[in-house]
Amino acid sequence: MLPELGQILLLAALLLSLLLGTLPLWGAQRSNNALMSSARPLSYALLAAVVCSYALLTYAFEVHDFSVAYVAKNSNSLLPPLYQASAVWGAHEGSLLLWVMILCAWITAVALKSRALPQTVVARVLSVMGWIAFGFLAFTVFTSNPFERLLPAAIEGHDLNPLLQDPGLIFHPPLLYLGYVGFSVAFAFAIAALIDGRIDAQWIKWARPWTNAAWGFLTLGIALGSFWAYYELGWGGWWFWDPVENASFMPWLVGAALIHSQAVTEKRGSFSSWTLLLAIAAFSLSLLGTFLVRSGVLTSVHAFASDPERGMFILAFLCLVVGSSLTLFAWRTPKEFGKPFHWQSRESLLLINNLLLTAACAMVLLGTLYPLLAEALDMGKISVGPPYFGKLFLVLMAPVVLLIPFGPLSRWQSDSLGNVARVLMPWLVLAALVALVALFKAPQHPIKTALAFFSVFWITLGTLRFVWQRLRQAQSRFTAEMSGMILAHTGVAVFCFGALMAEALSTEKDVAAKPGQSFEIGAYRFLFQGVQELPGPNFVAQRGAIQVFDGERMLTTLYPEKRQYASGGSIMTEADMQGGISRDLYVALGEPLDANGGWALRLHVKPFIRWIWFGALMMALGAFLVMFDKRFKNRRPQ
Amino acid sequence: MNPVRKRRLLFVALVLAAAALAAVFISMALNENINYLHTPTEVRTGKAPESARFRLGGVVCNNSVTRTESTLDVRFRVTDGSRFIPVHFNGILPDMFKEGTSVIATGKMQGEEFVATEVLAKHDETYMPAEVAKGMSPEMLAKMSQGPAMHSLNCGAP
Repeated sequence: MLPELGQILLLAALLLSLLLGTLPLWGAQRSNNALMSSARPLSYALLAAVVCSYALLTYAFEVHDFSVAYVAKNSNSLLPPLYQASAVWGAHEGSLLLWVMILCAWITAVALKSRALPQTVVARVLSVMGWIAFGFLAFTVFTSNPFERLLPAAIEGHDLNPLLQDPGLIFHPPLLYLGYVGFSVAFAFAIAALIDGRIDAQWIKWARPWTNAAWGFLTLGIALGSFWAYYELGWGGWWFWDPVENASFMPWLVGAALIHSQAVTEKRGSFSSWTLLLAIAAFSLSLLGTFLVRSGVLTSVHAFASDPERGMFILAFLCLVVGSSLTLFAWRTPKEFGKPFHWQSRESLLLINNLLLTAACAMVLLGTLYPLLAEALDMGKISVGPPYFGKLFLVLMAPVVLLIPFGPLSRWQSDSLGNVARVLMPWLVLAALVALVALFKAPQHPIKTALAFFSVFWITLGTLRFVWQRLRQAQSRFTAEMSGMILAHTGVAVFCFGALMAEALSTEKDVAAKPGQSFEIGAYRFLFQGVQELPGPNFVAQRGAIQVFDGERMLTTLYPEKRQYASGGSIMTEADMQGGISRDLYVALGEPLDANGGWALRLHVKPFIRWIWFGALMMALGAFLVMFDKRFKNRRPQ
Repeated sequence: MNPVRKRRLLFVALVLAAAALAAVFISMALNENINYLHTPTEVRTGKAPESARFRLGGVVCNNSVTRTESTLDVRFRVTDGSRFIPVHFNGILPDMFKEGTSVIATGKMQGEEFVATEVLAKHDETYMPAEVAKGMSPEMLAKMSQGPAMHSLNCGAP
């Protein structure tokens, strides 16, 4: 009975979202107050309906209601309680419901926080978000109903994909979705501005914290996904340029550009139509990402069963959103109201930042979609290798790294870049010297190592130079916006160091090991002691023991596992590692090689790899910090 | 030409130059890093490159996986139902690698053997990558969809 109630609630939500999409919008066109003020109550009702429906699905998981097809497919009576709640978003239908719920939460947050805005704007923004909710609810109800019954009911569930039975996965999708869906606020705002035909600096000021929040969550979501891939997939890599990763990375890049261009538009009025275009692009790319992941059109290391019907639905929705918003953009681009600026100014630097970030996004988009394009043109079945992305990304991001310290130190409107360069020169020289030393000291890949040291010293010193300049000035004050910027830019430095060092100095060995045999990697010695069988709650594990020595001193014993889950035939690798600031020791079991206890082992030493995720965390926290700037405080209209 | 126009012209020229440079870079990088997917039949009929890297897609033949005792050296056959190719790999196979499931191996032909540097298997045991499924013979696909009947799979001719 309860699953039916859940379904009825979903249908009610579909209806509510349709009302939210039409009534306030119509009211705004007709200047009808009653219709416009229906936006807020409709938003709250929509959230309530979706949350209740979601709660009922969670409940079905808790009570092991295997008469619900989705529960039977993705749960099991042996599943640990923690994963029963997270299994709700472990597969397509439930994760879509989570998507919708997060969207409704954003809608409600906008409804609550937008009292300072004119009523017509609020009505339009909420209506546009209502349309998005309608699209996704229709998708859920018509193609991916999570409450579908299984007749007769299954006696035992199939189990949650073992790959997903991990704490990292509990937070990865929700954070990612918070980011994806968060860009819908900037998008809805852009559409509202286009309908209105003008942009107001006041609205941009209001929209900025939302973009920052969305981008911060997206950063956390991607970083967590990368960390999860690192320790769960058992390959020891942290980024594979896989289509599904690219799908989340594209909105991230455009979102980073959007954060900067919104700041320019808010403060100087320049780039206003560019900001609108980026807002549309960021959300469209989020939808494209959903399409790529859900439709299975691309071969990816991520396993998502494909369903052409679902793919077509999202593709149609994507075309509708992109098509109509770009048409609207072409038809009603508001007049630029920006102040003119010299080519030597902070505006130009931010323009370059935006061009490079969007170019990087276009590059990733091309590489991701190229196999589809080639297939459509009958050029054969191809895939684009990671070096394409890696090389071009490095080329495009190098100037960004070089220019980061210039941004904060240069003035709006007009400045002499020569003067800024003179101020930064000593620090540039210092960073270059450190890089030179690294170039000669590096045991392998000297150029990458040198780049790693150069980027971390250059960005950090350049950013500190800005901090020092602020401190020296009489009115030395750090706004939240400024502190957030400093934190995020330093995060870029930390990230660059981690990524480049891990690329340059990692040592990896795949070995055939007999019990008692040891292997030297750099300064470390790995001693393989053998593999034992151990039972787990819903699996049986083969657990290896590997002692790691630094010289004669024993550092740790690592216990990597191979798990055979009771429910299905699949075997899972659980790598084990000892993390550290300067290096990770990483061991994964391969497969048994003979009857005498010999095993294939993957032994890695990864210097500074944790800095990658720490840097991403700093960027996200920086983005969040900016939201608390006093200028973004809600003021009631006078 | 007045200075404003001159500056604009310069700007447009710079943008065009940057775009052209980007196009060259991108097409070069794409050309270097594209890997084609071929089925064993295509390899046997000479449609796959003889010395360049490509991806070989198909199903691992039953009873074809042999390992040189106590080493990482492993050999197996990949088939599309009508022909098969022997594959040689020196490394750790993915978790989902099993006889009778689909794989994509990256590498190149060396003599009669396909020497793989990377072997990917799907995370999901019932799911076959669309691009591999397209190259399968119809009888093979029908058999695979029946599940347990896998053991009677025909590995095809060499």
